[in-house]
Amino acid sequence: MTIVAFTILVLFASLVAGFLGSLTGLGGGVVIVPLLTLVFGADIRYAIGASLVSVIATSSGAAAAYVKEGFSNIRIGMFLEMATTFGALFGAAMAAMIPASGIAVIFGIVLMYSAYLSSRPRHDRKSDQESDPLATRLHLDGTYPSRHGEIAYHVHAIPQGFSLMLVAGALSGLLGIGSGAMKVLAMDQAMHIPFKVSTTTSNFMIGVTAAASAGIYLNRGYIDPGLAMPVMLGVLSGSLIGTRVLVVAKTRLLRLIFGGVILALGIEMIYNGLTGRF
Amino acid sequence: MKNAWTDQQIDDIIGTLLRVGVMVSALLVLLGGVLYLVRHGNMLPDYHVFRGEPTDLRNVERIIKDALSFNARGMIQFGLLLLIATPVARVAFTILAFALQRDRNYVIVTLIVFSVLLYSLIGGQR
Repeated sequence: MTIVAFTILVLFASLVAGFLGSLTGLGGGVVIVPLLTLVFGADIRYAIGASLVSVIATSSGAAAAYVKEGFSNIRIGMFLEMATTFGALFGAAMAAMIPASGIAVIFGIVLMYSAYLSSRPRHDRKSDQESDPLATRLHLDGTYPSRHGEIAYHVHAIPQGFSLMLVAGALSGLLGIGSGAMKVLAMDQAMHIPFKVSTTTSNFMIGVTAAASAGIYLNRGYIDPGLAMPVMLGVLSGSLIGTRVLVVAKTRLLRLIFGGVILALGIEMIYNGLTGRF
Repeated sequence: MKNAWTDQQIDDIIGTLLRVGVMVSALLVLLGGVLYLVRHGNMLPDYHVFRGEPTDLRNVERIIKDALSFNARGMIQFGLLLLIATPVARVAFTILAFALQRDRNYVIVTLIVFSVLLYSLIGGQR
């Protein structure tokens, strides 16, 4: 296979990944590394480098649209980015120490957990009325637009949320993924931030988190232009198309299918990691 | 406080900044990519064994130099560098916005995030 054929295949696969990722809200980043390693036979370090770059592209591309709607909370995002960026540095440092097979196994576990999260129904919790003194001092509470005007919300459990963000950042730096599912989990479940605010703020944070480890990966020679080019262009255009059709698509079935694909990839990553194929 | 932006205005500017950053970098990657395929398209891809990129494609200064001499891989890498720099620029802008709002705590928070990003991009270089 020549470089032209290889590039076209990777471009197409990345486009589909980005499209499904944005349609289902699971992000295209999680499937890029298994795709490049299991299907295209790339070394996992090149795959992580390319994936990281595509994560920054989709996050920034989507955030550009989201921030203007007024859902994302810039203070929550910036405050928690302290945790995710430090975590990302740690994760990128760990990536140099853990053997490729170990990274593959961790990746597989994270994939299986993402598949589990995607199978659970989404819900919007009732907003808490009382405020947390720490949140008040940090000016984290905010409002979001709705049909009935601005709705106020309060932020809770800041230490727990912050710790979860450290882990999310470390996984992002180690595996080259956006860790969006875990970021949403930290904000939505732990900190009681409304779902829509959590998802948009998470998307906003993903780019900064990924940038924190991407610099290190670039310096370490993990980012190959020939491989990252079709991945970045494919995932970006796929996710942009995905946001366009989001309103009309029946996402429940798609989430189940995509969740199943992620589960299968997770099992294969773990199997190949344990049998020393990385 | 007259010069301070509202949070919504900050969001709007950030949105534009991100969009422009992504568009310009995607264009550069596309341009470099076409050039790369025209020049090297018939060779065989080799990502199976990890060797690491040559120093030319790791270092910020050298990437810029390569890109300016229309080296295809250098141009793609420069586009990717710009993409990585986009969230960094967003954080830099947020420092300014919080400073104008006289929100000292958040100037500090944002400065911390900014230094981590700079360290990653430049500090890790040998």
